[in-house]
Amino acid sequence: MNTDAAGLGRGRAVTFVLPALVLIGVFLVFPALWTVYLGLTDYRLTGLAAADPQVVGAGNYTAALGDERFQRSLWLSVQYVLGSAIIGQAGLGFAIAWTMRGRRGPVRRIVEGLVLLSWILPSSVVAFLWIALLDRDGGTLNVLLGTPGAAWLLDHPMLSIIVFNTWRGTAFSMMLYAAALENVPPSHLETARLAGASTFQQLRDVVLPRIKGHILTNMLLISLWTFNDFTPFLITAGGPEGRSEILPFYVYTTALRGGQLGFGAAVSFLILLINLVFALAYLRLLRNRDRDLREAVA
Amino acid sequence: MNAVRHVLGRLASAAFLALVVGFFALPMLWLATAPFDATPSITVSVPEFTLANFRAILDNPYALGSIGNSLIQAGGAAVIVVVLAALAAYALSRVRVPGRDALLYVLLLLSSVVTGTAAMVPIFELATRLNLVDTHIGVILVVSGGLLPAAIFILKDFMDATPTSYEESARVFGASPLQILRHIVVPVVRPGLATIAVWAMASVWGGFLMQYILLRDPAKSPSAVILYTLYTEGGQPNLDLISTFSLLYSLPVVLMYLFVSGRYGFRFHGGIKQ
Repeated sequence: MNTDAAGLGRGRAVTFVLPALVLIGVFLVFPALWTVYLGLTDYRLTGLAAADPQVVGAGNYTAALGDERFQRSLWLSVQYVLGSAIIGQAGLGFAIAWTMRGRRGPVRRIVEGLVLLSWILPSSVVAFLWIALLDRDGGTLNVLLGTPGAAWLLDHPMLSIIVFNTWRGTAFSMMLYAAALENVPPSHLETARLAGASTFQQLRDVVLPRIKGHILTNMLLISLWTFNDFTPFLITAGGPEGRSEILPFYVYTTALRGGQLGFGAAVSFLILLINLVFALAYLRLLRNRDRDLREAVA
Repeated sequence: MNAVRHVLGRLASAAFLALVVGFFALPMLWLATAPFDATPSITVSVPEFTLANFRAILDNPYALGSIGNSLIQAGGAAVIVVVLAALAAYALSRVRVPGRDALLYVLLLLSSVVTGTAAMVPIFELATRLNLVDTHIGVILVVSGGLLPAAIFILKDFMDATPTSYEESARVFGASPLQILRHIVVPVVRPGLATIAVWAMASVWGGFLMQYILLRDPAKSPSAVILYTLYTEGGQPNLDLISTFSLLYSLPVVLMYLFVSGRYGFRFHGGIKQ
């Protein structure tokens, strides 16, 4: 819509857009660009390199890529995204949406309400709820399972935060798939069922072709968010001995706690690049869908 | 045969849903019982009912103050985000500013790429140089910058869907552009503005990382950070304080969510979380 209905005029329009752009420019665009420069220096929080940082070129990048701790963090991040987002959230979210399709009434409201609640509660609250649940001595899980003294957070830190993040983030996938499944005509499923198709065959031949776009959208978004997720820091702080130190924690501990700002910025830049790949893929997908829609209408 | 399969299918789906309810409810049970328990422990148990725990909050020097800090930071960010995003979204929706589509594309890209995690190092450094560390305004500006792109995007969609006929007729009757904005546009798009306000409040209220990085002084810290220090500060955690504080601190988010979903229906927006 380009009709300037209120007679704003181009000059005023620019004045309206400018304050938002300035704020975004200073606190979002500039930091992103500055990361590139900081990442090329030996900048530190304290000491000599704090007063007079030197440009070290690609030194930080080669140091990071050769650092075993960085490699382990990257690998743990991959496990975290695959385990908690792709398998956990998307899998469980789809299973819930599929089981509840066509269902109305209190059961649906209770299930959806609980799943949503775990999504909207503040991070520091849910983090403590999980610390309490998994506690070694009096944790509810150990009481239920009859395994007193099992130290889940110490013995299985990655598994713990993967299950935690599945619990935390399934709501988004559940809602997205529930909306997507409404586009699958029940009559098609019915026909397939009468023709003797098993549930698996129905999913593969009737449902999948219709929600392919949604699945891809969901995967890209939840991977991006999970990759950048800082919440499990409140549960394990990356420990014990760095065994749950995913990339966001690695940046935090080396740069802000350890004071190696230049080095941390270099790792941040790598995170930005990975985010960019996900985001470009997502936007391309959106554009293709818009185009398909327009072609379908025309 | 088919009937058996049908019954088995119903049973399987009921069992699955029961498991789902158990999995999602289990961690939250503690939040429902411990605040009212006379002797709260880390295990979920039927509470020996009391409201005395809520007094623990009054005894803690930072607990109540942190709720005030959360209010200042979340409210401040919501005001900035709503006002700036509404102005920008309106202008972008109604006037053909050169390079608009490219601008919107870059905004959408930025909002998902430059996350707090990826930008914490330069943001900390920037805030240090601008003397914004340990100030409310520092937190407000930083989080607003992060929320604005998505807010502009959603509001522009909203404004695009609003017909221009009211604005046109007001103009025919000689209203100035600013009068039209104040008396016609704002009332018409109010539901959109309210949604963005609640969304911004809720994300800042629950947000942790930026606040944790930018604030050292516990007297300025919001509840998210104070709660974290309560259970990590070492020694025996004070469970009556943690449980009641968690409950009080969570309630506004749940209420805001119920308000938005009850009033406008839960509309599905791709990147609304973050």
